[in-house]
Amino acid sequence: MSDYQLLEIIERYLNGEMSQEERIKFELLRKENNQVDSAVKEHQQFAGLLKQYAERVELENRLNAIHEEIDVHTLKEDLMVHPSWIVQLWRHHHSKISVAASIVLFVIVSIMYLTGSFNNNNSKYVELKRKVDRLDRSNQSLNRSLHDIKKNAAVEKYSFTGTGFAINSNLIVTNYHVINEANSVYVQNAEGKSFKVEVLYTEPQNDIAILKIVDTAFTSLSTVPYTFKRAKSDLGEDVYTLGYSSDSPVLGVGYLTSENGVNSNDTVHYRISIPMNPGNSGGPLIDNKGNIIGVVNAKQTQIEGAHFAIKSGYLLDAIHHIPADSLARRVSLNKKNTLAGLSRMQQIKKLNDYIFMVKVY
Amino acid sequence: MNKELKYSAPTDSEVILGILNNSESALKRLYIAYFPMVLQLIINNNGDEDDAKDIYQEAIIVLYNKVKAGDFELTSKLKTYIYSVCRRLWLKRLTQLNRYGGDIRDFQEYLPVDDEVELHNDRDIQFDKMQNALQLLGEPCKTIMEDFYIYNRSMQEICERFGYTNADNAKTQKYKCLQRLKKLFFQQK
Repeated sequence: MSDYQLLEIIERYLNGEMSQEERIKFELLRKENNQVDSAVKEHQQFAGLLKQYAERVELENRLNAIHEEIDVHTLKEDLMVHPSWIVQLWRHHHSKISVAASIVLFVIVSIMYLTGSFNNNNSKYVELKRKVDRLDRSNQSLNRSLHDIKKNAAVEKYSFTGTGFAINSNLIVTNYHVINEANSVYVQNAEGKSFKVEVLYTEPQNDIAILKIVDTAFTSLSTVPYTFKRAKSDLGEDVYTLGYSSDSPVLGVGYLTSENGVNSNDTVHYRISIPMNPGNSGGPLIDNKGNIIGVVNAKQTQIEGAHFAIKSGYLLDAIHHIPADSLARRVSLNKKNTLAGLSRMQQIKKLNDYIFMVKVY
Repeated sequence: MNKELKYSAPTDSEVILGILNNSESALKRLYIAYFPMVLQLIINNNGDEDDAKDIYQEAIIVLYNKVKAGDFELTSKLKTYIYSVCRRLWLKRLTQLNRYGGDIRDFQEYLPVDDEVELHNDRDIQFDKMQNALQLLGEPCKTIMEDFYIYNRSMQEICERFGYTNADNAKTQKYKCLQRLKKLFFQQK
């Protein structure tokens, strides 16, 4: 039996055009033969859908005809929820209001310009140190005296921390503001060991301090892996810093965004874009080749995402200015960079031993 | 905010009986009674009058089919039912158009009607496919299909209309047309 014939039989069956006898025979066939049965069902469904589709089209036409008789426009006017007078005022007069506002804005800006409001460069600095708050400090001195009475060992509480990095076997550089007004200063290495240091030399104007490790338990560092770059670095250079913004060194990656610091008169600082936290102060600013190009030092409050680093040239000058009598011999700086060819991950591994947490008591 | 709408609405049972009896006037009274309510909903929620017409007609069709299928139980006011279906349909449309701001200004109470709207949507998709298939089918197949399956005309009539020499030719033609229509319908995604 061909499909063509089958369809004809199915249609006769569905339309009830079969005789009683034929019908019983066909139903029997349907039961026995699954293929026939599903063909019947499929056709019934498809024909039904076609019919329903036609009914839907017809109903839509009827509804459209009814819709024609409704005055939608008038209804719409009535039913729109009218916004408050202030919104209406804006809708009707927004061009005029905008012009007026622009003029006012222009006048204000001009006046500010003429009166020199824009030349005010007193941007506020927030020092990047972790300052345990004052209450805590008084609490802590109380604690300390209590402990002294009990003849306990030194209290592991410090009021500020910053970061420092080695410039040779026993000298460490950090920010002046980190160690300013300190009673005693310790540095802690990556292994968590603390060593007493003494402040060897400071340059408050450039916020540089050089510390000397005086602890007897300290064994001299091996040669530092980085070199110090005197030449200026260029805008857009990829840079990173390692700093003790928490108890272990934290990597911050970014780029140099300006050759000048707060404004064009500030040639001491680079402006950098690196995510930073308190405690980063005094950390090294390192370029991709492993050159120290600056000392991270402060965070500005008024510019989003702007941080600053003291250019390495000023650091070199400071090292040069250390009075000869406070040193056994002249500071000799490393000239051989062993980081240059390494990936950043390997660089950081090597750097870890030369970066210290500076703890101030 | 909520303006009361005062129109002489037919009673709910009038509407249902009217639909069951194919009464044109009942359909018309129903349509006119609740259109303003839906227009108010749509135009105050990011739509225009054409959106309102579309949504409202869809809701009427949902109601119409439900009544015709015999499974409409009047558990709430007809007005609330229509409003709820329109609200659901409009929310769906707004989301599709990315115009939905997460908030809708309501003017009536409403019920959850998600299942019904889903069912309606599924059927709509089938109808869209059928419409496309019929369009692609072209003449004379389209008319033959409509005459036979929709208007229940006999093969004899169709034979005369299209000038086939005998009923067998017409039947063969009809068979071929149906096969093509099925193919066009089912190959759509």
